[in-house]
Formats: sequence, C-alpha cells, structure tokens
Amino acid sequence: MHPIVSTILQRLGLGLFTLFIVSVIIFSSLEMLPGDFGESVLGQAATEETVTAFRKELGLDKPAYLRYFEWVGSVMTGDLGTSFSGRAASGVDRSRPVVDLVAPRLWNTLFLAGMTALIAVPLALFLGITSALYRNSLYDRTVNVTTLTTISFPEFFVAYLLILFLASLWPVFPSLATVDDTTSFGQRVLKTALPALTLTLVIVAHMMRMTRAAIINLLASPYIEMALLKGSSRSEIIIKHALPNAWAPIATVIAFNLAYLVVGVVVVEVVFVYPGIGQLMVDAVTTRDIPVVQACALIFAGTYIILNLVADIIGTVTNPRLLHPR
Amino acid sequence: MNNADESYSPLNESATRITRRTRAQKIWLGLKKAPLSAWFGLIVIIAYLLVALFAQLLAPYGEAQIFPEPYAQWSAEHIFGTDQIGRDVYTRLIYGAQNTIGIALVTTFLSFLIGGGLALAATITRGWTDQILSRTVDALMAIPSLIFALMLLSMFGSSITSLIIIIAVLDSTRVFRLTRSVAINVVVMDYVEAARLRGEGIGWIMRKEILPNIMPPLVAEFGLRFCFVFLTVAALSFLGVGIQPPAADWGSMVRENASLIQFARYDIKAAITPLLPAAAIALLTVAVNFVVDWFLHKTSGLRDEF
Repeated sequence: MHPIVSTILQRLGLGLFTLFIVSVIIFSSLEMLPGDFGESVLGQAATEETVTAFRKELGLDKPAYLRYFEWVGSVMTGDLGTSFSGRAASGVDRSRPVVDLVAPRLWNTLFLAGMTALIAVPLALFLGITSALYRNSLYDRTVNVTTLTTISFPEFFVAYLLILFLASLWPVFPSLATVDDTTSFGQRVLKTALPALTLTLVIVAHMMRMTRAAIINLLASPYIEMALLKGSSRSEIIIKHALPNAWAPIATVIAFNLAYLVVGVVVVEVVFVYPGIGQLMVDAVTTRDIPVVQACALIFAGTYIILNLVADIIGTVTNPRLLHPR
Repeated sequence: MNNADESYSPLNESATRITRRTRAQKIWLGLKKAPLSAWFGLIVIIAYLLVALFAQLLAPYGEAQIFPEPYAQWSAEHIFGTDQIGRDVYTRLIYGAQNTIGIALVTTFLSFLIGGGLALAATITRGWTDQILSRTVDALMAIPSLIFALMLLSMFGSSITSLIIIIAVLDSTRVFRLTRSVAINVVVMDYVEAARLRGEGIGWIMRKEILPNIMPPLVAEFGLRFCFVFLTVAALSFLGVGIQPPAADWGSMVRENASLIQFARYDIKAAITPLLPAAAIALLTVAVNFVVDWFLHKTSGLRDEF
C-alpha cells in the first residue's frame, strides 16, 4: 500500500477514536448529575409520578451503556433529544426538540465563522509570509509587537474597543448583531461586520505568528541555502523550493486557527448578542439545560476534532517526502 | 624572612577572589541586563500583586457597599463613578484584582501540581501508567477547553471551588504534555539511574533529581499558563458562569456596565468605565508575556514562537 494511504487511514482511525472518547465524555455529563435533578428541572412542586415519568423519558431506568448506544444512534439520525426548559411540575410539556433550537443558530454561527475566515486567512498569510521574508526589519517588528499585544487581549476587550470606536463614537457599523430569517444578505453582512472584525483581530495574530515561524524555519533548511548558492532568484527559491514544503505547516496553521475560532466565537456572540450556537450554549449552561449543552458541546468538539484531522491529513498529503517515496 | 604575612599563598588569593555570589546578587545581575519590556512587565506584575494583597487597605469603600446613585459620574467621591446598582467602580476594581488574580494563581498552582506530578510519575514509571495517562490527556485536549469548562460548569454549578477545580484539571493536560516532553530527556540520565539503584523512592527522584533540571521551561510555562487561566476565568465570569456576584471580578464588571459604551458621544468617561477592568486584564497579560519572553530568551531561547 502507498505510504500516504496508510498514514491517512491511521489518522482517520485515530480521529474516530478521539471522537468516540469525546462522545463518551459528553454523554457521561448527564450521568454525573446529582440524583435529585429531576426535581430541580421540573420545580419543587413536581409530583412523584411526573419525576418518574421524566426519568423514564431520559431512560435513566436502563443501564448506562445501553443508553449510550441509543444516544449515539439518535444523534447519528439527527435527533438530539428534547430541551429541559419548558417543562412544568404539573407534567405539562412545552419543551422543544434540541434540533429546532440548534439548527438555525448553527447556520448563523457558520456564517460568522465563514466571513471571519474569508478576511482573516489571506490577511494572516500575507502578513506572516512578508514579515518572514523581511525579518528583523522595522515592518517585521511593528507587526510582531502589534500581534503580541492583541494576543494578550481578552476577546471581549477587543470587541468593546471596536464598539466604542466604530459604533459609538463614529457610528460606522451597528453595535448589535441581531439577525433573524428576514434579514437580507447585505444587512446580515453589515451587522456581522463588527463581530467578524473582532474575531479577525484575535485569530490573525495567532495565525500570522505561526506562519512566520513556519516560513523562517523553512528558510533555514539546507536545500534553501543550496538553491541560494546555486544562484537561483528570490522568487524561484520561494515558488519552487519553499512553497511546496510550506503547504503542510500553513494548512496546519489555518486549520488550527479555524478550530480556535470555534472557541472564540462563544464570547464574541455574547458581546454582540448574535443569535449563534455559542450564545445558546452559554444560556443553556446558566439554566443547566443539559441536553442543549450536550448538543452544543458535541458540535463544537466535533468541528474542532475534524478541523484538526483535516489539517493533519493535508500536512501529510502535501509532504513532498511522502509523495515521492524512495 | 619567615613572616607568614609576606609569603605568597595561592589559597589566600583565590579565596579572596572567588566569592560566591549570593542568589540575590545573581538575580540583580540578571535584572540589570533585562530589556525595557521585561522591566515594565515586572513592575506591572509587582504593582498588581501589591494591590491584590492590600485590597482591603487600598479600597475606599466596601466590596459590595451600595450607594444611592447608580451609574454616577466620575467625581471626587467616586473616582470612576458607580456601577449599575450603585457600587463604587474604583473599589470593585481593587477587590477584583484580589479575586481574579487570586483565583487564577490558585488554579495555576493546582494545575501544575496535578499535571506536573502526574507527568513526572509517568516518565519515571513508564509502561502502562504512562500510556494510559498520555492517551487520556490526548482525548481531553481534543475538546476546546472553554467548551469543556462550560459543559462541566453546567453539571457542577458555578461555585468558586468547582471553577478552580475544573479549570485546573483541564489546564493540567497542557502542563502534563510539556513536563513529560522535557522530563523524558532527563529521566534517562545516569544520575537518575543511580538514584534508582540506590533505592530512592519515586517522590525523591521526582523532587531531587528531575525537577531541578527541568525548572526553567516549567517556570516560563507557569507564566504562560497563568495568562491562559486568567483569561479563561475572566471570559467565564464575563459570560456569567464564572465568579458569581456580589464578589467583584473584572470579567463580570465588564459585562455589567457594557451598556454604558453606547453613550460615548455624550459622556466619554462613562463609556470608558466598562473598559477599565478589561484593560486591567489586558495589561497584566501583556506584562506577564513580556517577562516570560525575556526569561525564555535568557534561559536558552528554548522557544522563539509559541
């Protein structure tokens, strides 16, 4: 078998295994709740029967491993369970399926993340590559100090600074990113401008520093020096020798930071009151609505793992040493 | 002629020359060579620590003392005005230093105790312990820690104890990774083997043989992890699931007064009020990063980036 295929299969297997462990951890979050949580969800006035019915609905009368497989099965078919909120002590059930809560918000979050990536990735690559090429110049140092500072800033600080300057003092963009189904595409872009800009500032710093480090590392390798001594031109060195070897680290950097975006999105959505899944998760945590928390955690963790896996695979596939095995 | 004072003695001369520098002198010599950014960082860190330690003496009012006027303007009585229910913002900034930094420090220590201890144990014993611990850490690190923390907080509720333990455990995975990777090179040294043959216990080998040799990277990592923990605590409090009121905390202070930013065109001071705690967080993280940067360059240039 070609070494690439076996490496990819190996990585895929590892990724699947991680997903399995993660799903077990997320599943057991329901398991570790205190015994009386039925009462706390349904209210103090809940009768014995309603609590028993509620526990039965969650399947708490069956052994844990059986419930795990049932849970995985239903998640696979798109059923994420029912929310805890909207249940009353009297047994009246106005709770909504988690899927209905998550689906529209997931689309919003993906929109925001996609917009950020569109701005951030080219910008970071440009800054990273140029500052690596002109390293230790004034340009490089300015970019470095700026990014080191923005890395140290908490997301909400960046967000509120942007609101202060771009929404409050000089109202260029709206400060609240309240969107719904009726918002037109143009409006949507305008409203998500500030959240996207915040996220861009946060991840460009990471991405740019990692790209710079990767390129510098690469330029120090013997074959680049060889090409230089041979008399190749600067552009030839970069296009022919550096770039083919740089894809792997750059892909890793991009995927790693898109994964980081997944986390940054939570705080930014709360700041801008953007109806995304991060905000849903925070709300669910405050009300201790476990099924919603589980669904959100599963989505976040799943995206994170898959992005890292993709980075890994791109890194292997584009590696010239693996492409042309001896 | 045989006067002892006049005879030459190399011992006497070398004895006067080689005076061992005390630890304080060594530190001072190192500091003198430190760049401006490191000095700035150190001064900021010391100032923060002093404020955190002596918050009770420095604060003009009580932590949760409520005044009749909410959202009061900046004045002589209330240097930074009052917040949404009439508490003095300046006082709460000072107490916030104590709460936020205190919790972050305790958490970081705990995570080093767990992560570092387990990593050293894993590297010394190797075999199955190492395998199990490493694979567990891999799996835990596959979930973004903020998401994981949110999930765990929803299960155990947001008390300060659960906050500290959850973040410490999640963060100890990164400490484990680093400690293991540096300790694995030390564990194979002859003196460790000798200590083992001498019949020393695992605790002795950890503390006396390995730890002193991996200290520099661990100290630098402590600074970075502190920043990370500090930002996580602030972010969780900002989201309303971290440190709970009435305890003053920088993250939640930002959230509580955030609506003031809209009035920037009418009263710029009021609009800056919610940014003060956020700036306090940012300044401390920048300061710690500067110091860590300098320390890493000084101790070996171990990691240039990241």
